[in-house]
Amino acid sequence: MCLGVPMKIVEIVSSYKAYAELMGVKRPVYTELIPDIKAGQYVLVHAGFAIEILNEDEAEKRIHLFQEILDKEDANEKQRDIQRL
Amino acid sequence: MKSKEIFSDYNFSQIPGELEKDITDHLVLLANNIAHRKGKKIRIMEVCGTHTVEFARSGITQLLSDSLDLRSGPGCPVCVTDQQDLDQMIALAAIKDTVIVTFGDLVRVPGSSTSLEKEKARGAHIHICYNPMEALALCEKYPGKEIILLGVGFETTIPLLAYTVLQAEQRKLGNFSIITAIKIINPALHTLFGNKDYSLDGLILPGHVAAILGRKNFDYLAADYHLPAAITGFQPLDLLTGLYSLLEDINKNNPKVTNLYKHVVKEEGNIKAKQIMYRVFQEEQAARWRGLGVIPGSSLELKPEFRHRDAGSRFKIKVRPSTDPSSCRCGEIITGKISPFECPLFNQSCTPANPIGPCMVSAEGACSTYHKFLV
Repeated sequence: MCLGVPMKIVEIVSSYKAYAELMGVKRPVYTELIPDIKAGQYVLVHAGFAIEILNEDEAEKRIHLFQEILDKEDANEKQRDIQRL
Repeated sequence: MKSKEIFSDYNFSQIPGELEKDITDHLVLLANNIAHRKGKKIRIMEVCGTHTVEFARSGITQLLSDSLDLRSGPGCPVCVTDQQDLDQMIALAAIKDTVIVTFGDLVRVPGSSTSLEKEKARGAHIHICYNPMEALALCEKYPGKEIILLGVGFETTIPLLAYTVLQAEQRKLGNFSIITAIKIINPALHTLFGNKDYSLDGLILPGHVAAILGRKNFDYLAADYHLPAAITGFQPLDLLTGLYSLLEDINKNNPKVTNLYKHVVKEEGNIKAKQIMYRVFQEEQAARWRGLGVIPGSSLELKPEFRHRDAGSRFKIKVRPSTDPSSCRCGEIITGKISPFECPLFNQSCTPANPIGPCMVSAEGACSTYHKFLV
């Protein structure tokens, strides 16, 4: 029931309502819980309400962080392989 | 990857990319190593029912089943709703000239003698909503009827219910009321872990409850119960990175609450949502949870200034004390004590077509998920 769908705000209707889009489907969402929302931002929608603004920088950072951790582990693995030889 | 693509592909990309494959390889190795060292499987509870579904749907539960024992937690709102609360909601549906507005999950849950679905077949007006604000549109559409919103859910949903109550007040909709069986997660986790009757290595925390409450809210899990915990999202990449980070903390015996869902969850959560929630609701003395019994301060009730919106007192419904369905072990399943496979009814007399307990009814109940993906 705590399902959340990321959608893009395409049109601000009023201080508490906007239209959001996902894969071509446009739906009205209530934006009362996230003040200062702007068109073009991505939000997490739960039961017709935007409950949080998605932070693009953090999403990217997370992917890079994990890529770095995995690269480092691969390098350590190779180092161990060389030492075993 | 360009930032714009992150969210546009976000929800529907079920095909693993290179990063998912790499993390999976490392994850399997790490899990096997820890389980080998411990001499038994690592036991992790996913508190939220949506996580139970996504772990099984993505195949992660099955892939790691040799080393990882995933247990469901009390985070499926329909599953933890007490039988007596459910009976009260069903009784409201039987009253003449009422319209029940509910999320779909509740409709098929069997009460002591009937269900909302059966009452609907008998002619009750039951409206399944996507958005609780639909209740207000129905108030205007049917001015001669009483519109009753069934308030079930955790912190993710409570601010929405609160907003709906505020709007009903503002629009002076006299025919709107709400029945509250809403729950808050912290007292349940304190009860679960405080009685020492559990053996868990770590927790996957509910991402969208955390979006409202914030990461800091969960620090007590590490501080008081020495449990490593990870806040994660719901996509395969979120699940994998969450598990990976959690397993690393378990491996290093480093209990802390890590936020792997930073693009949604802030340290303090959604302050505006919390304000709206507590403008309308206040903590109740105690509430009864299926499987956990009575937990002090674990439910919210309407504040005195909104009490006239309470359907329970408006319709003075009295239901008899009820018991959970006999031999249904839902209560033990949602507290992580047993897996659905250990319930004698599972996939025998209890199936999604003929559910006996709520864990088999709710789309995010552990039994329904296991039946769909793991049988």
